[in-house]
Amino acid sequence: MTATLVHLGRPDRTIKARITCTIDGHAVTVDEGTTILAACRTLGIEIPTLCFLETLRPVNVCRLCVVEVEGARVLAPSCSRATEAGMVVHTKSERVRHARRLVLEFLASSVDLSTTPGMADLLAEYACTPARFGPPAPQALAGERDAAVAGHHAATEIGFAATVAQPVKTDNDLYVRDYAKCVLCYKCVEACGVDHQNTFAIAVAGRGFNARISTELAVPLTDSACVYCGNCIAVCPTGALMPRAEFDMRAAGTWDETVQTTTDTICPYCGVGCTLSLHVQGNTIVKATSPLENGITLGNLCIKGRFGWQFVQGPRPVDAAPPAGD
Amino acid sequence: MDIKLSQAAAAPDERAAVDALLGPPDSPWVGGARGAARDAHTAVGGRVMRERRHLLVPALQTLQARIGWISEGGLIYVCERLQVPPAEAWGVATFYALLATSPRPRRVVHVCDDVGCRSRGAKAVLAALEATGAAIAHEPAADHMHLDAERPGWMHSPCLGLCDQAPAALVTDAGSPCDERLLGHVTPERARALLDGAAPGADATSVTVLPQQGDASLVLLARAGVVDPTSLESYRAHGGYVELPKAIDRGAEAVIREVTASKLVGRGGAAFPTGRKWDAVRTQTATPHYLICNADESEPGTFKDRVLLTADPFAIVESMTIAAFATGCEKGFIYLRAEYPLAAQRMRHAIDQARAAQLLGDDILGRGVRFDIEIRRGAGAYICGEETALFESIEGKRGEPRSKPPFPVHSGLFGKPTVVNNVETLANVLPILRMGGEAYAKTGTSQSTGTRLFCLSGAVARPGVYELPFGASLRALLEQAGASPRLRAVLLGGAAGVFLRADEIDLPLSLEGARSADATLGSGVVMAFDDDEDLVDIVLRLAAFFRDESCGQCVPCRVGTVRQEEALHRLARGRTLAGAPGEIALLEEIGVAMRDASICGLGQTAYAAVESAVKRLGLFTGAGA
Repeated sequence: MTATLVHLGRPDRTIKARITCTIDGHAVTVDEGTTILAACRTLGIEIPTLCFLETLRPVNVCRLCVVEVEGARVLAPSCSRATEAGMVVHTKSERVRHARRLVLEFLASSVDLSTTPGMADLLAEYACTPARFGPPAPQALAGERDAAVAGHHAATEIGFAATVAQPVKTDNDLYVRDYAKCVLCYKCVEACGVDHQNTFAIAVAGRGFNARISTELAVPLTDSACVYCGNCIAVCPTGALMPRAEFDMRAAGTWDETVQTTTDTICPYCGVGCTLSLHVQGNTIVKATSPLENGITLGNLCIKGRFGWQFVQGPRPVDAAPPAGD
Repeated sequence: MDIKLSQAAAAPDERAAVDALLGPPDSPWVGGARGAARDAHTAVGGRVMRERRHLLVPALQTLQARIGWISEGGLIYVCERLQVPPAEAWGVATFYALLATSPRPRRVVHVCDDVGCRSRGAKAVLAALEATGAAIAHEPAADHMHLDAERPGWMHSPCLGLCDQAPAALVTDAGSPCDERLLGHVTPERARALLDGAAPGADATSVTVLPQQGDASLVLLARAGVVDPTSLESYRAHGGYVELPKAIDRGAEAVIREVTASKLVGRGGAAFPTGRKWDAVRTQTATPHYLICNADESEPGTFKDRVLLTADPFAIVESMTIAAFATGCEKGFIYLRAEYPLAAQRMRHAIDQARAAQLLGDDILGRGVRFDIEIRRGAGAYICGEETALFESIEGKRGEPRSKPPFPVHSGLFGKPTVVNNVETLANVLPILRMGGEAYAKTGTSQSTGTRLFCLSGAVARPGVYELPFGASLRALLEQAGASPRLRAVLLGGAAGVFLRADEIDLPLSLEGARSADATLGSGVVMAFDDDEDLVDIVLRLAAFFRDESCGQCVPCRVGTVRQEEALHRLARGRTLAGAPGEIALLEEIGVAMRDASICGLGQTAYAAVESAVKRLGLFTGAGA
């Protein structure tokens, strides 16, 4: 089997040739076209990834999953490079470890990875010391990075390391965009675009270190095409995109995943019947998601399923005060 | 597509500019007037609109050319016409340095402050301009909204490809038509006068003067400066359009056989065998095939293609036609960097003349061969010279390189088999067919055949493009160009190349010669630096260049180029975090990661020149600094 959880597009019924390659000294036989990453997973070889997700087309930009292919000049992204017959792959060579370590250090020194699941372990595993690039430069002003001009940059103050630190964008009641935590994995853009939602509210803007996720003219989400499905939140690997409820609880210091339970149910709103995972803390729903491997949702929901659960625990409508002037 | 557009309206001249490119809107769904009875029954979208997406960059460029920047109303109108989501169009507009998304004055003077111009007077020009206060802010904060459109401004620019006439500037006067001039030998006084509204004068590239003018051994440059670049008759009188009919007579396979026998390899930097590339595209069953002439020459210090394009444009058109015939392409693009306005004008003129003379079009020479060429201009992005980024740019997207494989010969422009050749590579096709592949291969060395163009600049008395057979000595070339007797270093191959010490210049200029010296000929850059040069400043500029030109897609390059620049600044100021040896070791670690893990050649070579400056020139280690 391959590690792909969900097949995108039409079911592939073609009979694939089987090819054999060697990964870390182990021969493995897989369907032609299987990625190196998928082949590694069949062997139980762990490869760290950041921009890869089974339900999205690989963009191979984070370069965390690079492996060494014998005969190739540079390292290959295992998430998208297909295996070939006779290919000899090394996933733990010194070159690979070095590239991964530097990628992690580049990210950890420029991005806030404090809410990235598993990151602390990864930084430790690769013996990363991101502080060696210097202390972080001061945070950008609100809107400063959004206005950066392509092809130009202000010099970083000597001795400091440039970062993407900037104020959190809190322009709506449903979710926040903390781009100080953005590693530019492109997943949210893909989820908002043709891979899932087809809303196209966000895209990558700017260039180089000033590249950023943005709406047109960096307008607030409320002026953009956003439909608040939150499918970008579902794919965000770093917590840069976060439901407002979770963001507020984290700010108040009350967010505690260790005591949360998850209950799967069916969304009550429409006839599609999306599987809903309710994250509960202290008998209160704090977040709703859908399992990535669910064949119906692929992890996606709509605004109602993802954000419309307050009625379960809120005051009954009859108890709520009527709006002023009503 | 159901896209959400803001209410911002385009000004009449913005609409007019876009309509001039796209034609008037034919439906209220795409920006036309409401009222027709059929309106409610038709919706434009799907494949029809997707197939127009490639017009996004030209549409943004037309707005930029008309008023000097892209306003919200203009952007929204383009989105409405092409049914592109505004967020995506914004992503594209903000990717290119020569598309402005905040107000800019009609006249902008782009002053080169890159390696070739820095030591040749650009610093004095920039110092004079700093004093004028007319700098266009690269950083936000400044309140753009009250900008006086009639008061010219200036900006720093990466290499403008006019290193032989340094210091260089590009003057753009937005309007209808937009006037663009590339100016050389700019003095501080001239620069100030330009900001006061003085006429820019003739384009510096309008007259071709070659250091080797009249040399009978010239092959690629034989016609340059001799032929009238605006006249098809003159081109014919100098041996033009002799090879095209012969090539059609011989057939595609025979043409490719000659090119293969010539052992011609790409001149853009990667040195891939051209015959093999052509044959790979010719035999692809997927159709259509596309031919692209890569004229995005943006490697700092490179200007050879500019000379070929401005001095002998018909030769490029004829070469492209032969290449297209050989590879089964009916459509070709010239992707020409934005900084060469006159080259674009001359190529456009040559294409029009050729089409009028039935040398392009649906029935070339009445022989049933179909081929036409479209010019696409870059918009200020070095990365778009990378072939897959170039495809993305033509397709109307951000110039982000693709992962290879698949390779362009299988899946290139619009996902079709595509042959991409550098301008100089194509220029070799005519001499190969004239001499025959085997005879051509007798020039040069056994592994590097033919002649090669070299771009001499920096501390040389006679800068310019030189044509020499492969295998000539670098020392002889430098002497021919009148290199400074106090030569200290040579940058060979461009920003992605390497520095050589003055005592290392005895290498033969061939692919194998360069390789054995751990160097590369790259795009043919030979930039000389003498004792007067502040090489630390040059290396800092190279690091800044890569930081500015990284597309930002992959982590090693996006952050690595920043960390590299920061480490170099620390070394330059003697304010190291872990001592100089520690910083140099850190640079090496950063560089190796960029080289090994970046998606494309930009990140993979961003450390090459820095590494050579440290290891060969002894910069920062005390050995040579």
